[in-house]
Amino acid sequence: MSLTGKLGWDSIPFHEPLPLVSAGVIGLVLLGVFIWVWRRGHLPYIWSEWITSVDHKRIGVMYCLLAGVMLLRGFSDALLMRSQQAIAYGNEGYLPPDHYDQIFSAHGTIMIFFVAMPFMIGLMNFVVPLQLGVRDVAFPTLNSVSFWLTASGALLINMSLVIGEFAKTGWLVYPPLSELRFSPGVGVDYYLWALQISGMGTLLSGVNLVTTILKMRAPGMGYSRMPMFTWTSLASNLLIVAAFPVLTAVLGMLILDRYLGFHFFTPEAGGNQMMFVNLIWAWGHPEVYILILPAFGVFSEIISTFSSKPLFGYRSMVIATMVICILSFMVWLHHFFTMGAGADVNGFFGITTMIIAVPTGVKVFNWLFTMYGGRIRYTSMMLWSIGFIVTFVIGGMTGVMLAVPPADFVLHNSLFLVAHFHNVIIGGVLFGAFAGFTFWFPKMFGFTLDETWGKRAFWLWISGFYVAFMPLYVLGLMGMTRRMQHYDVPGWHPWLLVAGVGALLIAAGIACQVMMLYVSIKTRKDRIDESGDPWDGRTLEWITTSPPPAFNFAVLPDVKGEEAYWGIKARARENRALSDRPDYEPIEMPRNSPTGIVAAFFATAMGFALIWHIWWLVILGFFGAWGTFIVFAWRDKAEYEIPVEEVERLDQARRRSKATLLDLPEEALS
Amino acid sequence: MIRTPRLPIGIARVTCLLPCLVLAACEPGILNPAGPIAAGERSIFFNALAVMLAIVVPVIILAFAFGWWFRASNTRAKHLPEWAYSGRLELLVWSIPALAIMFLGGIAWIGSHDLDPPKPIASKARAMTVEVVATDWKWLFLYPEQGMATINRLVVPVGTPVKFRITSAGVMNSFFVPQLGSQIYAMSGMDSTLHLRADKAGRYRGLSAHYSGEGFADMDFFVDAVPQAAFDRFVATARGGMGKTLDWTEFVAMAHPSRNVRPASYPRLQPGLYDQIVMRNGAPEGEQAKDGREQ
Repeated sequence: MSLTGKLGWDSIPFHEPLPLVSAGVIGLVLLGVFIWVWRRGHLPYIWSEWITSVDHKRIGVMYCLLAGVMLLRGFSDALLMRSQQAIAYGNEGYLPPDHYDQIFSAHGTIMIFFVAMPFMIGLMNFVVPLQLGVRDVAFPTLNSVSFWLTASGALLINMSLVIGEFAKTGWLVYPPLSELRFSPGVGVDYYLWALQISGMGTLLSGVNLVTTILKMRAPGMGYSRMPMFTWTSLASNLLIVAAFPVLTAVLGMLILDRYLGFHFFTPEAGGNQMMFVNLIWAWGHPEVYILILPAFGVFSEIISTFSSKPLFGYRSMVIATMVICILSFMVWLHHFFTMGAGADVNGFFGITTMIIAVPTGVKVFNWLFTMYGGRIRYTSMMLWSIGFIVTFVIGGMTGVMLAVPPADFVLHNSLFLVAHFHNVIIGGVLFGAFAGFTFWFPKMFGFTLDETWGKRAFWLWISGFYVAFMPLYVLGLMGMTRRMQHYDVPGWHPWLLVAGVGALLIAAGIACQVMMLYVSIKTRKDRIDESGDPWDGRTLEWITTSPPPAFNFAVLPDVKGEEAYWGIKARARENRALSDRPDYEPIEMPRNSPTGIVAAFFATAMGFALIWHIWWLVILGFFGAWGTFIVFAWRDKAEYEIPVEEVERLDQARRRSKATLLDLPEEALS
Repeated sequence: MIRTPRLPIGIARVTCLLPCLVLAACEPGILNPAGPIAAGERSIFFNALAVMLAIVVPVIILAFAFGWWFRASNTRAKHLPEWAYSGRLELLVWSIPALAIMFLGGIAWIGSHDLDPPKPIASKARAMTVEVVATDWKWLFLYPEQGMATINRLVVPVGTPVKFRITSAGVMNSFFVPQLGSQIYAMSGMDSTLHLRADKAGRYRGLSAHYSGEGFADMDFFVDAVPQAAFDRFVATARGGMGKTLDWTEFVAMAHPSRNVRPASYPRLQPGLYDQIVMRNGAPEGEQAKDGREQ
């Protein structure tokens, strides 16, 4: 047994220049950034204020950053696939199956686990404590651990570009193809360990946010007063807590099959491949609601804010959210109607699936009535929202069609299905993430994003989306199935060329978003958000400064109704005065801790070692991670105190800016 | 050529015509059915589409209309800055989707039973059995009644219902002939049943609709639906041909991974081979493993 396990020089894919070159470019960019940061002397700041930070706001921003970077990676895969299929009519194209199969598997895995998930978790992390009017999440250090474990998983997936290979099994690694017999390489192992590690992070993050929402709310913030985004976050995190253990268990069983010769999913020795399909979708269907529910929350906030109206039918919206939350666990079988379950079972799950369309439809109608009678300000966020409503109802419609079992018998696994889920995930989750990011960006960094580039990005994204995915619906009806490395049906070719053009439009949209960030950062001095309330907001995150101080609120706000901040603003305007000057007290905040990154470092080492069968490193990594937690548990000082003078100084500055915003006289401050 | 689908709602007819025109080039698609199952599924597809469009189109129009009319610069628009609840509207927004879903749910329930894959097709002609084995990366068709087998080419008589028994020699695949209708997974150790019938003579494209590894893209085949006499001639020719008997040993040999396999046939078939393949969970593990880089 060698010290490096299965790892050797032949593990580096020298015969495939594409991944090596792209990884080399990424590596150089990262190195360049590191050197720049180091030369400018920012390293200590980044270490002490970001990497080891346990502040929910910083962690939320880092989640979004991770999602943005991984979006570039996942989208490069999409461009490769679209160009391959645009070319590969009657020939092999330029990507051999060995490579193409890794690309579509990586694309799905990355986009779901390392783009959509961190983006949504990032927004929830940042916004939920602010909307609840509290100072942090329930378990701040655990929050940092969650983030870094997710980053570990992302790192492992990217390592598979240059060391070894990635899974060639599709993003859900169905056995028997993913079993050792048919996939002897390390690709599936990369998938399994990356998801086990990041899945642990997601589960912990879910526990954290559920606890925060259930146990830590500002005085007066009852359930019936929580902002819609917080409600959808609660639903989403309840789903995480309930569903992710299923994923961990089913991947754990596949790991036992692959590593210790178990037979959970092999046809021999009593195993059953259908059980994998069943279990993975028992997680997989709730997963799509984990992603879309926070997006629904984002749109609820944005449509209400920019229509300058309260959300229409708040209670209905809450009920609809929780109904979706519960129903999402009762529909998973629709992912395998074609496995032959029988008419009663298929019919039952077809109907439960359709029932989800009812609360979803209610939400759509309520968004429309929120706009009715409003004064809609057309920021880029509002464009994303209307783009979402229009796109999402189309995606929902094709989803309900797929839920009719006999229709699914001919549409299953076709490009119609691919078009459907991109329709809801891009049109719903991604648009929601972009809108939410733009909406809360000033809260994160204290300046707004450039609207010109933001709107350009929107128009390119939405037109690119339609050009790229409407042809896929047609191709599905023409009998084209997914994951084809090449094809020889002449009628498909023109549609795939059009879809390729759509992907290029989306690429231009992403370029505009990069420009938006660049221009905004460059001109940040002109776009500073002094008031902390750039959009005339209605919920508590806008009462504090942009960016908020470490403690969020000098004094926890007193919530007197739905739309807490809107009410406070209204009262201040009415009384021509802010609320009475509070009695300030020193604030205890959790100390930053390197626990997260150190534990994740060991977890990455352990994951890598497990993939390559480097057993000594597995043991080292495990005990390293475990030891990190022990050290953390024995810490002497968990908190630090912010002196009362500092709290008072910061809050008085905030009150002055609020007085300016509301056009109140100077004496209103006292 | 494609026939205009029967639709309950006029507006849907217009909307649906568009893709139909686009597909009028007689592509091997699901909107161009050649048998009763595919035709039934197409009509369910269009019915569901019509019901959904009846809601979706107004919603899209409303989204644009509200969005345009209530723009901040339009001072003529009604301004209701506090309006956030209406019991009647709430009732309406819950009822409209609920009613539509009750209707669609009925379609789904009845359709699931009418078009259940293992349900035999009512027909005067006696059903013929074809046993299907998905192997890496080709399709093996066993004709137990004719005592022969083919690879990547399926010939069936027009108008005769065919009972397909479907399994796999290794990984999961999905047996699918879009113009004939329903697909069903092919899984090792499992024996799935699917009834299809071709009513129009012709050559139809069949494929694996579930990704199965490197050679997946080439895992397509042809279905020739021919008149009974032509089918009998095909059987006679195949049985009279030179070649090996398809027995277990030959099956294990042919199940080795291979891509782009030309259609071929076996003149003789070991009786009960299909059941043996199911019982033994497909082809045994041998040098079957695909060459992973790190082996």
